[in-house]
Amino acid sequence: MSDKIKITIDGVVVEVEPGTTVLNAARQIGGNIVPPAMCYYSKLEESGGKCRTCLVKVSKGSEKDPRPMPKLVASCRTTVMDGMEVQNITSPEVIEARKGVVEMLLINHPLDCPICDQAGECHLQDLGFEHGAAQTRYEFKRRTFERVDIGDKIQLHMNRCILCYRCVFTANQITDNRVHGVLGRGDASEIGTYIQQAVDNDFSGNVIDVCPVGALTDKTFRFKNRVWFTKPVDAHRDCPTCSGNVTLWYKGEEVIRVTARKDQYGEVENFICNTCRFDKKATSDWEIEGPSKVRHTSVISSNHYDTMQPLPVIQQKPALIIANQEQFQKTSKQ
Amino acid sequence: MESLTNRKKVLEQKPMNFIERLYLPAIVKGMAITFKHMFKKKETIHYPEKTREFSINYRGMHSLKRDEQGRERCTACGLCALSCPAEAISMIAAERKEDEMHLYREEKYAAVYEINMLRCIFCGLCEEACPKEAIYLDGNIVPADYLRRNFIYGKDKLVEPTLT
Repeated sequence: MSDKIKITIDGVVVEVEPGTTVLNAARQIGGNIVPPAMCYYSKLEESGGKCRTCLVKVSKGSEKDPRPMPKLVASCRTTVMDGMEVQNITSPEVIEARKGVVEMLLINHPLDCPICDQAGECHLQDLGFEHGAAQTRYEFKRRTFERVDIGDKIQLHMNRCILCYRCVFTANQITDNRVHGVLGRGDASEIGTYIQQAVDNDFSGNVIDVCPVGALTDKTFRFKNRVWFTKPVDAHRDCPTCSGNVTLWYKGEEVIRVTARKDQYGEVENFICNTCRFDKKATSDWEIEGPSKVRHTSVISSNHYDTMQPLPVIQQKPALIIANQEQFQKTSKQ
Repeated sequence: MESLTNRKKVLEQKPMNFIERLYLPAIVKGMAITFKHMFKKKETIHYPEKTREFSINYRGMHSLKRDEQGRERCTACGLCALSCPAEAISMIAAERKEDEMHLYREEKYAAVYEINMLRCIFCGLCEEACPKEAIYLDGNIVPADYLRRNFIYGKDKLVEPTLT
């Protein structure tokens, strides 16, 4: 393995292929030294470099040129050099910069988490919780947009957008004909569909999954329920267009949302088609594999069982069942 | 077995003597105590005609608040239900229509909001969790009833009446 190069991240040495980015090298180590990423998406080419949350300090450029890099660099865009030494959470400068970046991202982000359907699985929420300040210093009016309707399947909330460009790359690379992109420049830039065309090609629903915030959400799930009251279950089906591996979000017996499966960095494993996402919402359409693994730190893990059929609270005795039904009649409101 | 604390007192039971066996002095002593209490200040009050003053941080029945313009503050975010240790709260959210702007403050509102008062332990965590200052346990004691289903309080009982 002579062509592998060595990089030290927070004192942990790892050998990676040349051309790997610092972020991916850190992901090979794993743990809490992985820089957070809001715009970089491993499944999308050319993504990254926009949000600046993955900033790291390069304290030693390489073996040949050991000078440190003058400024903090975006780890998703910086490729590793042999003998490079990178500081992430061990550098107070990086922690401070990241706090600033979070504040910057939150400048125009509305604080409507109680309304937003993404709350509970929002990356910006996690990022703000882990790295941000508790208070905002911003005193001016937040940027707002007129609401644009982009079809009956996907809901666009431009106010919440942090301009990570993930959805644009998805539309470019996954779907055949792109009908939405970023319009305007600087402060005025916004995700829009040209001539407000419906995003109706077959894989367009994936923009919902790639969106790190609640700017693009599922319209069929809109205000249906809070994410943490639903139970994620892995399932698959024989789909002619996509892999068919999905997560079903149950509320009681009902599937109220279908999403692609996500890995530990919140990135989808396989993109799924719109038929799977929006049209197949009956348990009979799917073959259930079992409950999805949810990080125990996530709010979604509250009140969750690890088994599909948890032990019954009510025993299967006919007398008890009748008594329970009577009790239910008495207690439930008419 | 030896006790772990040394606070145990061993009582010895002696046979009663003649005066004790008469029981009369003991009865008179007991009656005297009863009689004395007739002149003491009464600790009880005639509830519900009279009520005691509540402490300022008393937690009673919930109320869903309105804002200054009379719109409902609750946005059905579900944080009260999440924080509720007794799982007493449930709700169904709905989207606000164009002509309901004066009724609800936010884009989303609780179409159905139910608290099971038999499950509720009046811990006040819902009040603490609420990001919209919409729920407060500032009401009175929850009244008694005969049927269990009457303890499931909906929006009709919980939402504050309008000012007008």
